[in-house]
Amino acid sequence: MVTAEDVRKVAKLADVGIDDSEITEFTRQCSGVLEYFEILDTLDQSKQLIRERYNILREDEVTPSLSQEESLQNAGQTEKGFFKAPRVM
Amino acid sequence: MEERETIIGLEIHCQLDTRSKMFCGCSTDFRDDEPNTHTCPVCLGLPGSMPMVNKRAIEFALKVAKALNCAINEESEFSRKNYFYPDLDKAYQITQYDKPLAEWGKLLIDGDNGEREIRITRIHLEEDPGRSVHMGTTDRGKYTLIDYNRAGIPLIEIVTEPDLRSPKEARKFLNKLRATLEYLNVFDSEKEGSLRVDANISLKGSERVEVKNISSYKGVEKALTFEVTRQRNLIRRGQRIARETRHFVEARGVTTSSRSKEEENDYRYFPEPDLLPLRVASWVDAIDLPELPDARRERFVSQYGISSEHAKTLTGGLKLAEFYEAVAPADPALAATWTADYLLGELNYRDFTIEAMPRELFKELITLVKGDAITDKSAVEILRIILDAVKEGKEPERPQAIVDRLGLAKSSGDQVTQMIDEVIVEQPAAVADYYAGKMQALNFLVGQVMKKCRGRADPGHLNILLKEKLDKKV
Ligand SMILES: [Zn+2]
Repeated sequence: MVTAEDVRKVAKLADVGIDDSEITEFTRQCSGVLEYFEILDTLDQSKQLIRERYNILREDEVTPSLSQEESLQNAGQTEKGFFKAPRVM
Repeated sequence: MEERETIIGLEIHCQLDTRSKMFCGCSTDFRDDEPNTHTCPVCLGLPGSMPMVNKRAIEFALKVAKALNCAINEESEFSRKNYFYPDLDKAYQITQYDKPLAEWGKLLIDGDNGEREIRITRIHLEEDPGRSVHMGTTDRGKYTLIDYNRAGIPLIEIVTEPDLRSPKEARKFLNKLRATLEYLNVFDSEKEGSLRVDANISLKGSERVEVKNISSYKGVEKALTFEVTRQRNLIRRGQRIARETRHFVEARGVTTSSRSKEEENDYRYFPEPDLLPLRVASWVDAIDLPELPDARRERFVSQYGISSEHAKTLTGGLKLAEFYEAVAPADPALAATWTADYLLGELNYRDFTIEAMPRELFKELITLVKGDAITDKSAVEILRIILDAVKEGKEPERPQAIVDRLGLAKSSGDQVTQMIDEVIVEQPAAVADYYAGKMQALNFLVGQVMKKCRGRADPGHLNILLKEKLDKKV
């Protein structure tokens, strides 16, 4: 069962702003998702999961990078070739 | 009051020296370049981009795991570690969590009370975040600049068990680990920030404190020594030690509380859906490990006949060991003494690495010392002249040229005998004192001869010669 408190914590961790008026609705939805997983948990898991694909690797080869201009083109704010962000610490 | 036992565990982040990044083809050779010129949609975390694992990074990590006697997990997996920080462009770091590459290894160190085995808990692979530069002075004007050139550089994190018992042991462990990584040729210790350390430290019976942000292996002993003192003082005053994360401020040599909230450590790990598992345990059999520090040390003792202490010092770094082997042919014993006891101190004083000393010049210097052509004092002077020239960016003179220019050639036996005779005639009072049994008069006379030959004689030898001469006259 998901509580309103759980939703507030998850929202904070995910840096998502949730209004108090939305809490009830999100609590209901989150509970619904978890209930669905409870159904999945009832499936027979004794058979080992077959994963045939593994070790998908690339050789250590350098490929061209973006230019500084391209790299920064979606940034909200830049300065002297850097991305600019609010200070966190 | 009885001192409580110090308990230290380390987490070491080490950049692997691959050509391209961990999950994309961007070059890792970014240190001299403009910010954000080594990025692509993958390492910028742009939507729709897909990571792909660098095979060499896996091979390098396996080499380290084998050298540290770890067990390689049959299957390992990447996970996402979620947190918000500007240097993490995707808002998560690809790392390994519950299925690391390797576990349960060990490294032998020369501990405070003899040789000790430090257990390695795990080794896992991850990507380096970007680099942030904090700007602005006023609170309102503060902001952060970010360069993602470093984002995605392959890292291994090596975690130890809490087996270290003093800050000094922690330093010794790191030195040994660094040497091992160098010998494996997977890591470049000279690149800034290539080895970073977090430490857990507690006094037995008290809470554990995590010290983060120790960006150089030299800072580790300093940071931990500060912490031991701080924690002991708290206990002495009857206060409790708070379980917390602290940051090391290198410039001031202190740790400060980072007042981090508990939620910040809730990383909500989950398996990285964009990457498939690794099954590389069988690869280790094919890895041929090079000669590691302990083996090289033993070989130095047997092959060159030098002391175990010298061998330990000289094998403490790959480039140092290679330097010694290059200069040893001049005379293994003298080369060991002059490298370990003189050269390293002079290099350290100038903040130089071993590469600053031209090997050919050092060999020539050893040969001059061996041939008794110069005194030890002159040899040190020549060493300093060469290193000072290197420091000024000048082409250093050859040792023989310095000897000729400064007239440092050791005085010949005849010259010395003549000077002794002169001093005995010139200093009758001191000679009389010597005969009267005042031994310090002999030191004075030796000093007078040294002055005459401008230091180009061996004082110990002069002492014997003078004594012989004076005693014969009685
Ligand atoms: Zn990239």
